[in-house]
Amino acid sequence: MSDHLEQTRQIAAAMNAGSPQAKALGFRTLSIEPAVAVLTVPYRPEIIGDPQTGVIAGGVVTTLLDHASGQAVQAALEAFTSIATLDLRIDYMRPAEPGLDLFARAHCYKITRSVAFVRAVAYDRDPDDPVASSQAAFMLDSSAGRPSGANLKPPRAKAGGKAKA
Amino acid sequence: MSDADSRLTAVLGAIPYARFLGMRAELAGDEMTTLLPFSDHLVGNPLLPAIHGGVLGAFMEMTALAQLSVAEPLARQPRTIDVSIEYLRSGRPLTTYARAQIKKIGRRIANVHVEAWQEQRAAPIAALRGHFLLTPTED
Repeated sequence: MSDHLEQTRQIAAAMNAGSPQAKALGFRTLSIEPAVAVLTVPYRPEIIGDPQTGVIAGGVVTTLLDHASGQAVQAALEAFTSIATLDLRIDYMRPAEPGLDLFARAHCYKITRSVAFVRAVAYDRDPDDPVASSQAAFMLDSSAGRPSGANLKPPRAKAGGKAKA
Repeated sequence: MSDADSRLTAVLGAIPYARFLGMRAELAGDEMTTLLPFSDHLVGNPLLPAIHGGVLGAFMEMTALAQLSVAEPLARQPRTIDVSIEYLRSGRPLTTYARAQIKKIGRRIANVHVEAWQEQRAAPIAALRGHFLLTPTED
C-alpha cells in the first residue's frame, strides 16, 4: 500500500509538472493519501478575477478543484488510468481572502468500473470554512485506444454527421 | 464603439486571469462571441494533448460574466454563486469559441447558460450553467 501511495505521489508530481496549465498556475501537491489529494496554488496578481477586490478568479478555483479531484481519483485507483472529467459542479460560498494561497482537498469516495465520483473543497485558511465546494464525476480509461497525439489529428467523420459544404 | 462594446472591453480587459488565459471577445450587435486562441500553457493533458478542463470551465464562466456586462450596466462584477460544467468532447489544440445565453436576469440573480465549441458550432466541447449575484447600478 505504501508503495502504491508512493507511486501515486509520483503520478501527482508528474500531473503538476507535465500539465502546462497546472505548471503555469504553480500547482503543488501537498499530500496524497488513499483516495485523497491536497493541492495548493500560490496567490499572485495574474490570477485575480475581480480587480476591485483582488480576489482570485473563480476559474482558478475551478481548475484547482478539477486538478485535485483528478489526483484523488488516481489515489483511489490500483494503477494509473487515463481519466476525463464528465461533469463538475461548484458552489462558491465566499470570496477567497486576497493575498492568501488557496488549497484544495479532494476525496474520491466511490469508484465503479467506468466512473469515479469525487467531492472537494477549496479553502484559504480552514477546510471547515471553505471558499468553494465541488462534486465531480470522472470517466475512467478515457483514452482507451487513443494514441498519444490523438488530438492533433482532425476528428473522425461521424456516421450521420453533416456532409462538408 | 457602442456602450455595450466599451463595457465588454473594460470588463474583460480588467480581469487579470482573462489576460493570463489570452481570452478575447467580439460583439456583433447584441450577440457576443468569446474566443480562446490555443496556447501551450492551456494544456491539461500533454499526451493527447487536451486543453485543461478547468481552463474550459474558467473560459465559460468569464463568458457568462462578459455577457452579463453586455446586457446591462452593473455597479460591480457579478459574483459567481454556482456553476455546473459538462464536458462533452476533449478540447483539441485549436481556438475555442463560446456564446452565452441569459436565461433569466432578475434584480439580484441571473441564470446563464454557456456553450463552447471549436471547429463545429453543432458539436460543442463543453457547456456551463451558472447562477450569478448582481449588484445593479443605482439610478
